[in-house]
Amino acid sequence: MKRVYPVEEHCMACRRCEVACIVEHSPSKDPVKAYSNPATRPLNRAIFEEKGPRSFSLMCRQCEDAPCIEACMTGAMGRDARGVVVVDEGRCVGCWMCLMVCPYGALQREERTRKISLKCDLCPDRETPACVEACTNRALVFEDES
Amino acid sequence: MDDKEMLRTLLPPDCRVIRDEGKCIRCQVCVRQCSYETHSYDPAEDTIRSDESRCVGCFRCQAMCPTGALTVLRGAETAPGHYGYSDNDYWTARHIRAIGKQAATGGILLTGMGCPLDYPVYWDRILLDASQVTNPSIDPLREPMELRTFLGAKPDRMEIEMGPTGLRAKTTVPPQLELKTPILFSAMSYGAVNLNVCEALARAAKELGTYWNTGEGGLPRSLYPYADHTIVQVASGRFGVHAEYLQTAAAIEIKIGQGAKPGIGGHLPGEKVFEMVSETRMIPEGTDAISPAPQHDIYSIEDLKQLVFALKEATNYSKPIFVKIAAVHNVAAIASGIVRGGADVIAIDGFRGGTGAAPTVIRDNVGIPIELALAAVDSRLRQEGIRQQASIVAAGGFRSSADIIKAIALGADAIYIGTAALVAMGCTVCQKCYTGKCPWGIATNDPYLARRVNPELAGERVVNLIRAWSSEIEEMLGGMGINAIESLRGNRLHLRGIGLTQKELEILGILHAGE
Repeated sequence: MKRVYPVEEHCMACRRCEVACIVEHSPSKDPVKAYSNPATRPLNRAIFEEKGPRSFSLMCRQCEDAPCIEACMTGAMGRDARGVVVVDEGRCVGCWMCLMVCPYGALQREERTRKISLKCDLCPDRETPACVEACTNRALVFEDES
Repeated sequence: MDDKEMLRTLLPPDCRVIRDEGKCIRCQVCVRQCSYETHSYDPAEDTIRSDESRCVGCFRCQAMCPTGALTVLRGAETAPGHYGYSDNDYWTARHIRAIGKQAATGGILLTGMGCPLDYPVYWDRILLDASQVTNPSIDPLREPMELRTFLGAKPDRMEIEMGPTGLRAKTTVPPQLELKTPILFSAMSYGAVNLNVCEALARAAKELGTYWNTGEGGLPRSLYPYADHTIVQVASGRFGVHAEYLQTAAAIEIKIGQGAKPGIGGHLPGEKVFEMVSETRMIPEGTDAISPAPQHDIYSIEDLKQLVFALKEATNYSKPIFVKIAAVHNVAAIASGIVRGGADVIAIDGFRGGTGAAPTVIRDNVGIPIELALAAVDSRLRQEGIRQQASIVAAGGFRSSADIIKAIALGADAIYIGTAALVAMGCTVCQKCYTGKCPWGIATNDPYLARRVNPELAGERVVNLIRAWSSEIEEMLGGMGINAIESLRGNRLHLRGIGLTQKELEILGILHAGE
């Protein structure tokens, strides 16, 4: 399946991927509206890491043998028709087991309304994920590595 | 200035940064992208402030802002009335600002890129011909169209003889450089630009079937796979010149001068000579790389001839030797000497040619336009009957396919582009290359900034540009009823001047429109 791959040597730390992710996961998908209220602003699922000049954006690797699915006690972690690992928000109880077993640290905690695990869903409404489209330097690529 | 406190300039900022607060989402992309620290985030008030005195007008923040909240206005003169200087056409903002800076620093003012001043641009005063009724035009999409050309000395005559399998050439043809399109990438050294930029140009040259030029920075090890599409330079500092460097390249260029700063050498400060640059240039890490103004072993045409033939000997007469000079007043006579000195290709760089760093006063006042220099050199070499002994490559500020085709009709075999290739990669010609902080990641070796040029992506942009220009050249050639670029070379009857004086027309060797 196609996944988003970060290319560390081309990442220039602009963090437009984060902005695109937040906007894409907001109800309006309008940047100004999405950012207007920090309390309701979605969390970014593209997690930016930086040390010195090196940086990259990390998101769920959509593992074939996803440890988060194994670890989830409520069955909230599953795979959708596209093969993407997704969280069923109705079933998630915020136990953070998925966070603890994820080898990449690719999950986020949403605790503002209630505890839910948040992760990259590969933008179900789009052909190319928003972060990949927002990257101006091909530091994020959407491809089938196999 | 070491032990003296630098005086304040009291000058208003060069640029204005206008932020639409209604659109700004405080994402801080601008804060992170500006290498001059113009923008800063204030967490206490959740706001971003812009210190306009730091802005160089590169438009990086404006281009990267996800919501289009930023507008940058560059230069006091592009924002009339803003600083109150625009009411004087003699004491312009440019002069007042320069004096202000020099009164504060006591130093020579530096700048980057080519001369931006309002001197005549002859490209914009020359028009092309097209076929109507009496000769047919050619549709390049339906009929063959040849942009291929060869650089190098041509024999005075070709003799053929009957061989075992048919006719064959009896005359030995000197080494030629085959170009699939008459556009080369001009010398930009590793150091002035970073490795990603060099790699982008090398990739583009290979894909397009043309050549890039190392400048005087040497050929980085990682780019040896592109050596067969590389012209290596031998400049006054002789940085990075060794036997393998010469032997692996497609051609060798002796750099005498550069259009942006004729008569001036180069200086890469020690801070920029880090491990990779030190290895490539073959100088100790942290030492200044000083390219002297002249080549100290060349004080005459005879001396030049010695170097030309030393390089030919070193490479077993297998590659063409270029000699690059700046377009100066006596360019035609100098070019004649260079051709007689054994150069296979002569490159002439006009005063619009770019640079990574030059004194502003030199860039803006020294040298002559490439249009006049090119026409003068081509005419002179023809008059002397030696035009076939060397190809001519014109350089210095080519902005479009139209400039290129006009240059070829004026007598060039091919042209060099530098600035245009960088613009394709993102450069906005802010002219601050000399600071080493290029926010577009081009004229910088800062590892944080240099990664802004992805060699693959930048290479594709350059390839696209050259493909587009080549297609346009084919269309224009077809319109003139010509099916090969070599048939247009020096064919000045296809050009007409507009609004030029008799003297200008005479030097350009063209008729006025209507004649």
